[in-house]
Amino acid sequence: MSTKLLLDKAHIAGIETFEIYRKEGGYRAAEKALKSMTPDEITEEVKKSGLRGRGGAGFPTGMKWSFLAKPEGVPRYLVCNADESEPGTFKDRFLMEKIPHLLVEGLIVSSFALGANTAYIYIRGEYAWIVHILEKAIAEAKNNGFLGKNILGTGFDLEIHVQRGAGAYICGEETALLESLEGKRGNPRIKPPFPAVKGLYGCPTVVNNVESIAAAVPIVNMTGDEYAKIGLGRSTGTKLISASGNINKPGVYEIVLGLSVEEFLMSDEYCGGMKNGKKLKACVPGGSSVPILPHDLLFKTANGETRLMTYESLSDGGFATGSMLGSGGFIVYDEDQCIVENTYNFTRFYRHESCGQCSPCREGTGWMEKLLWRLDNGQGKMEDIDLLWDIQRKIEGNTICPLGDAASWPVAAAIRHFREEFEWHVTHPKEAMERNYGLRKNIYVAPTTAGA
Amino acid sequence: MKFNETELKEVERLARRYPAGRQKSALLPVLHLAQVANGNWLDTDTMDYVASLLSITNIEVYEVASFYSMFNLKPVGKYLFEVCQTGPCNIQGAKDIIAYIEKKLGVKEGEVTADGLFSFKRVECLGACGYAPMLQLGEHFKEHLTPEKIDAIVDEHRKKAGL
Ligand SMILES: Cc1cc2nc3c(=O)[nH]c(=O)nc-3n(C[C@H](O)[C@H](O)[C@H](O)COP(=O)(O)O)c2cc1C
Ligand code: SF4
Ligand code: FES
Repeated sequence: MSTKLLLDKAHIAGIETFEIYRKEGGYRAAEKALKSMTPDEITEEVKKSGLRGRGGAGFPTGMKWSFLAKPEGVPRYLVCNADESEPGTFKDRFLMEKIPHLLVEGLIVSSFALGANTAYIYIRGEYAWIVHILEKAIAEAKNNGFLGKNILGTGFDLEIHVQRGAGAYICGEETALLESLEGKRGNPRIKPPFPAVKGLYGCPTVVNNVESIAAAVPIVNMTGDEYAKIGLGRSTGTKLISASGNINKPGVYEIVLGLSVEEFLMSDEYCGGMKNGKKLKACVPGGSSVPILPHDLLFKTANGETRLMTYESLSDGGFATGSMLGSGGFIVYDEDQCIVENTYNFTRFYRHESCGQCSPCREGTGWMEKLLWRLDNGQGKMEDIDLLWDIQRKIEGNTICPLGDAASWPVAAAIRHFREEFEWHVTHPKEAMERNYGLRKNIYVAPTTAGA
Repeated sequence: MKFNETELKEVERLARRYPAGRQKSALLPVLHLAQVANGNWLDTDTMDYVASLLSITNIEVYEVASFYSMFNLKPVGKYLFEVCQTGPCNIQGAKDIIAYIEKKLGVKEGEVTADGLFSFKRVECLGACGYAPMLQLGEHFKEHLTPEKIDAIVDEHRKKAGL
């Protein structure tokens, strides 16, 4: 049986209203936290829980909270990152649409722990209708004494505001997000100073993903120690995974970390296996920025161990044979998909989304896009493949923000694992325009169905 | 374009959400409001007006409006189809849907139909990858698109516009 901590009540009719959410046990964590715990005790529980940031980087949330500077007389801010723009990722949307009060409650608990009296939810501009859902939930919580002045008679004040972005992937990067929230272009800031010291309006700020903030609710309810018992090793708790691509059941799933990748992909409880009986070719397990894994490295690591949905197992083998859990955007490719085209597609995305501040990212993504377009359109040369490799190496690590790395990794992994497909595009330019390469040669292992 | 009274109240509400002197933070939400009020795009006069409302310089508005892909700096149709073309949508038929929309509307990307009703543009991942192919229309997503669905959406909006 699977344990759900975030979406366990998401299917209940009316759960988006305060009344039903409350009736189902909602706002217990807020009451417990504000009435019977100190801010430091809450942070301690979050530390014990082992919760790692769900936005992609996986930084321990409790530790992040404890780094927050607390100078006298300076306001502190909590900013909820609901920008969700990493291709393949649509989990925060699901949580906010279905069970908005969980996020509101999480914000109350987290803001109290951080000593923030104002919290902003920065939501991608395209999720316009979710702004209304959240604003309604916030108004209901306020009417019921969970927001505003002197919440539950504890003397704690909190206002939550929803800020709409306007179409820019880079605004998911935390410092670009803060710039955007200040009404500017989303140009990432040079760190340090980190937001924990100088964030929004130059004040100490914590930026956390929607799912990380929501997870504070079960953690407070069940205690950090109990939360840490769920999951595997340092991958504690549950994680929302958004599954897309050539599978039978695309959608958002809450999994216990430690589930095997094979069970997630093949079992009916989750993705339901490959669509139309096609063969599995590759998978990008954690959003477009993480390395693509060929089928023969997806269910098993290079060492032959079962690959699990955990931070550690997905990155087992490093970039040579592993990938990352990332944002949980699980994209599945069947035998009919073209890796060169997909790499071109993602690279075009990064070129479009580069803010343009650093030359390696601004120019490099443009060059890579041009080379990949040529290769994809039967006009590539063999040297182009090496040039691509060279460019991505020169972007990685040489930029202000990690978007440069995020643009490089997919290109590197595609060449690393599918070089022969790139070469085939060069040697068979006409054919490459008419059909796809198919599976990797000779090393295909039929995916078995999930374990009994 | 000038905001009506309700819109001005909304601008005030938005600006109050930030600390004193930080009303520039309201720029993105106010530009969204202005774009809707101005028929789905932002011209220079509209941007200058927004600058004056928030007591910031005109250039501060231009540099922001030109950075974010949701702000249209050229006229678009009353109904703008923003069709996702990124990876997950691409492997589930986005190209065919884009080609169908182009044929159906009889305009190229960025052009507006003669009746001023429709235009389309390709955009990057909108967070609906599991429900591909998809497009955004105003404040809503249209998902699991098929040619039949596109026909129905076009018909519905023609009717809405009284045609
Ligand atoms: C280019 C780029 C885009 C990002 N997009 C998002 C996003 O959409 N949502 C998100 O939560 N984090 C995103 N992040 C990560 C944030 O910078 C930040 O690490 C995160 O919001 C911290 O929250 P967490 O610790 O709770 O995960 C992005 C990072 C980069 C470099
Ligand atoms: S790496 Fe790219 S997106 Fe990040 S700051 Fe530099 S140019 Fe901007
Ligand atoms: S790729 Fe189209 S919505 Fe994500």
